[in-house]
Amino acid sequence: MITLVRRPTPSKLWTYATPLVAVIATMIAGGLLFSLLGKHPVEAIRVIFWEPLFGANASYFRGQLLVKAGPLILIAAGLAVGFRAGIWNIGAEGQYIMGALFAAWLALRIYPAESHWLFPAMIVLGALGGLLWALIPALLRVFFGTSEILVSLMLVYVAENLLAYMAFGPMKNPEGYGFPGSRNLQDYPSAYNHELIAGTGMHWGVVAALVAVIFTYVLMHRHIMGFRIRVAGEAPKAARFAGVMPARLVIFCLGLGGAFAGLAGMFEVAGPSGQITDSFNVGYGFTAIIVAFLGRLHPLGILLAGLLMALTYIGGDMAQLTLGLPSAAIQVFQGMLLFFLLAFDVLTNFRIRIGRAIA
Amino acid sequence: MIVGGIDVITLTATLMGASTPVLLAATGELVAEKSGVLNLGVEGMMIIGAVAGFAAAVTTGNPVLGFVAGALAGALLATLFAALTQLLLSNQVATGLALTLFGLGLSALIGKGYEGVRPPGTPKLDFGPLSDIPVLGRILFSHDWVVYLSLLLVALVWFVLRFTRAGLILRAVGESHDAAHALGYRVVAVRFAALAFGGALAGLGGAYLSLVRVPQWTEGMTAGAGWIALAIVVFASWRPWRVLLGAYLFGGITALQLQLQAAGYAIPVHILSMAPYLVTIVVLVILSAIHRHGVQAAPACLGKPFHASS
Amino acid sequence: MSELLKIEGLTKAYPGVVANDGVGFSVRPGEVHALLGENGAGKSTLVKMIYGLVKPDAGSMQFAGQPFAPADPRAARAAGVAMVFQHFSLFEALNVAENVALGMETPPPMRQLAARIREISTAYGLPLDPMRLVGDLSAGERQRVEIVRCLLQDPKLLIMDEPTSVLTPQEVEILFHTLRKLSSEGTAILYISHKLEEIRALCDGATILRGGKVVASCDPREKTARELAELMVGAELKVTDRAERRLGDVVLSVRELSLAPMSQFGPSLKGVSFDLRAGEVLGIGGVAGNGQEELLATLSGERPSAAATVMLNGMDISGLGPNGRRAKGLLAAPEERLGHAAVPAMSLTENAILTGTMRKPLTRHGFVDQGAARRFAEETIAAFDVRTPGAHVAARALSGGNLQKFVIGREVLQAPSVLVVNQPTWGVDAAAAAAIRQALLDLAAQGAAVIAISQDLDELMEISDRFAALNEGRLSAPRPMQGLTLEEIGLMLGGAHGMQEAQP
Repeated sequence: MITLVRRPTPSKLWTYATPLVAVIATMIAGGLLFSLLGKHPVEAIRVIFWEPLFGANASYFRGQLLVKAGPLILIAAGLAVGFRAGIWNIGAEGQYIMGALFAAWLALRIYPAESHWLFPAMIVLGALGGLLWALIPALLRVFFGTSEILVSLMLVYVAENLLAYMAFGPMKNPEGYGFPGSRNLQDYPSAYNHELIAGTGMHWGVVAALVAVIFTYVLMHRHIMGFRIRVAGEAPKAARFAGVMPARLVIFCLGLGGAFAGLAGMFEVAGPSGQITDSFNVGYGFTAIIVAFLGRLHPLGILLAGLLMALTYIGGDMAQLTLGLPSAAIQVFQGMLLFFLLAFDVLTNFRIRIGRAIA
Repeated sequence: MIVGGIDVITLTATLMGASTPVLLAATGELVAEKSGVLNLGVEGMMIIGAVAGFAAAVTTGNPVLGFVAGALAGALLATLFAALTQLLLSNQVATGLALTLFGLGLSALIGKGYEGVRPPGTPKLDFGPLSDIPVLGRILFSHDWVVYLSLLLVALVWFVLRFTRAGLILRAVGESHDAAHALGYRVVAVRFAALAFGGALAGLGGAYLSLVRVPQWTEGMTAGAGWIALAIVVFASWRPWRVLLGAYLFGGITALQLQLQAAGYAIPVHILSMAPYLVTIVVLVILSAIHRHGVQAAPACLGKPFHASS
Repeated sequence: MSELLKIEGLTKAYPGVVANDGVGFSVRPGEVHALLGENGAGKSTLVKMIYGLVKPDAGSMQFAGQPFAPADPRAARAAGVAMVFQHFSLFEALNVAENVALGMETPPPMRQLAARIREISTAYGLPLDPMRLVGDLSAGERQRVEIVRCLLQDPKLLIMDEPTSVLTPQEVEILFHTLRKLSSEGTAILYISHKLEEIRALCDGATILRGGKVVASCDPREKTARELAELMVGAELKVTDRAERRLGDVVLSVRELSLAPMSQFGPSLKGVSFDLRAGEVLGIGGVAGNGQEELLATLSGERPSAAATVMLNGMDISGLGPNGRRAKGLLAAPEERLGHAAVPAMSLTENAILTGTMRKPLTRHGFVDQGAARRFAEETIAAFDVRTPGAHVAARALSGGNLQKFVIGREVLQAPSVLVVNQPTWGVDAAAAAAIRQALLDLAAQGAAVIAISQDLDELMEISDRFAALNEGRLSAPRPMQGLTLEEIGLMLGGAHGMQEAQP
């Protein structure tokens, strides 16, 4: 009989080891999956993890790493704050879209005027769009007790439909030869979120992600507010006892998550993606959830986890090209990673005891 | 009968079919939640059921086998969820999300090669002269067997929960798992069973979507139906007959939306597509507002992890 | 058969502690046998083994002449052993009949069961309506459901674990009548308690546990309470030092405080009013579930109340939250150690930050000063003799008594002008309990005002200057403790809540 015995104090060792063990387990399981798909497992793992960093065309791919990691880290950093408090923002994807829509609206409105103020204004609007979209579940929870999980999720689908509506309608490019989608902001210098250092893929969004990591680290681990947030997630009654006001907490956490997600959307639409189309959102809002957990909801962990996830995206692209591995396989891989992480997480708080009880 | 350019009878008849996937998933989730577990992975279980059912039906040429496969696939995924949350005590919210993401990815992977394929058909049952009754005939007697099965399942769940010992034990486990454990009931086993049942029904619902509703396989075809099923359980205050009401309400809106498009109303299609989700939010808010100051209908242990510490 | 239950050499060890060490005793049919010991002596573990919840590491049991080693409670019930736990295994959202059915192996159909419940409960003086939701019942009534559940199985041995902690003195009498009736019918009763006067009144045999071992077996009727207490604790009991205190001005004034229930089946507070003077200890007694948690939550600021209902030194603090009140000198220690007063997985240092930021310099411009926090935690540990390897240890690793010392000590060291504590020594070993009570008295002696909410009437009688009873959310007018009899206290607590005498 296998039983779980609670540890008196959470294990520090396993807090750090769990992500590593989970990654290794996923590689093994993933390898199995790949071989089932008819691909050589070790070869596939090598293409996904090694090639993009150190292989032949690594210089290009390393640049792409930051492009993909940026939004993931930025969104995850915001989500993690809420998750720590037990506030589940599942609608980051929708907040990301709204941030992009708000920012793009301004740019398209004043096009083709050039101004120094456009880009900063877009940043503000991006954050605002995500913030407002996240405030809907926040206020509904505060005033009516409605589950923020379901509301934020429903709003993703609403946002997606709004995105499509905008892409086919009001935001459609009048000079686009009838193709759906807005103007490409990459051709609009004042709005373009350009690469800061050539070849690295580093744009203002990546900078924002790093700032977000530092900010949330200081908040969660040095500031009394972060302490209270952590208490709220561990023991809600104790949090109230410590003076946390539930309404303020909910609004702050959801608002922060929404603002960060909106920012990510803004940087993406003004940069690597370029235009509002109905396929603008690629699931960063959901993958960021995996990144948040993989990083143990800790800002520095999220930084590393974001880079790892970005690697799987790029590696997956590479594997698709060179090995014919279907892109959905990478999604499965990412899902498995989260599963293994959650499974091994038990070791942080429990010891496994194998033995028979004496009758 | 045409009202505002919309054929009400056709609407009512179609809505039953439109509601069936969500009805099945919600009924299954109700049982799981009654036992105290919040399984957010309904979307994942539905889509896995959709692809498994589709693949099985196309491969064997038998749609019934497709439904069985869909139910089994959903149950299997639910068992994985149960193992993680009940045995390894993982966080229920995170695990449910993982299930959904994993299910979506896995289904896309399995579904490659089945796109654009037509599955073997599932005919509507022939009730003979009953189907010819005006109005009621079309509404009640012109559906396929899965629709009737879904209604039967609702009745079965209601009966078992209300009148049988097994149902009482399940409710007890959901109300206070510590008390149930102290009385000697195997909480983990009960929850495993409830989750598997929920998964099977979600899978069945997904299979219905791909084999009858559309009928086709496309990546991500559930489009949030699993999440709406979760909302319906809340809307129904965890009562089986109200789940039926909620599912049909949702189905009605979906069917109405299609009819509105067909009737030529000048509402942009994307705005119409938002309707089900917006209505779900409104319904959730109304329900929460009512429950704020009154009776809490949720099982008291919903979402709380259980660790037997004698 | 002379012995119904015979236990020899029963041993059970957990990591770090031997709960039971070679325990042996016997119970005759129809005997009312007490199992005595203070908190942590091993009583609960012992009966869990008898009931099949825990497997012993060594030793043997015999029941009705046969070897007895139940694999689970079901087996124990089948053999004729029934148990009423201290913490009830009841389902609030289900009705009485359903709750009883869940406690039975093969319950009869509902209608039949309901009739049987009505019949048996009335016959033993504990009337119950089978259709009522358990959540709507008082604590005493809920205990009835547990007892009826046991009685329906016609047990040979009935184990009762600390049954009177939820009863008023009058209800205790009625329970004793019921138990005596059962005893006269041949049912043996194993009665676990640390309430010495009750045991002397009810039981004809006793086994005393200390530190997991049997230290004495006797007939409690032949011993005085003090002798029993000394056997339990193993040492001379220290009487708390209750110095003469001079009472100062009114510091806290509560007027018509009313509050809606905090949970679906919880009580509401109705028009609570009292004054509290500096240097005073106000004891608020009451059986659990009558509004204690609610009262603490309102006074601590976790649930603000209507304007002008709570005044501190003449200032209206009704709308202030916990930290606002802390700044003004009103501190609190809730009942639930793990999850409310302290965060289980966090270290003692972090738990010190939980309440200490307002009155101790633990933050600078909002940033946490880890060093200051650790020093505060260490100060508390040292001053209150908290047995722990250090301040870095997680709260849940501490024993109940040590954690409670930390929780109370943390508040006392912040020099409150008013301290409100709820169940300050619940589940705490005698030595720690005595230390905590002394700390409260010392605090009052220094001029602070203390409100002690407790189910333990002995404790309140020991430390309070005035006594008030909380009954169904209403607070009786406080009366001086001096000269108050147990009978009067019992009536203030609400009499017998509808219980009636058992029919002969």
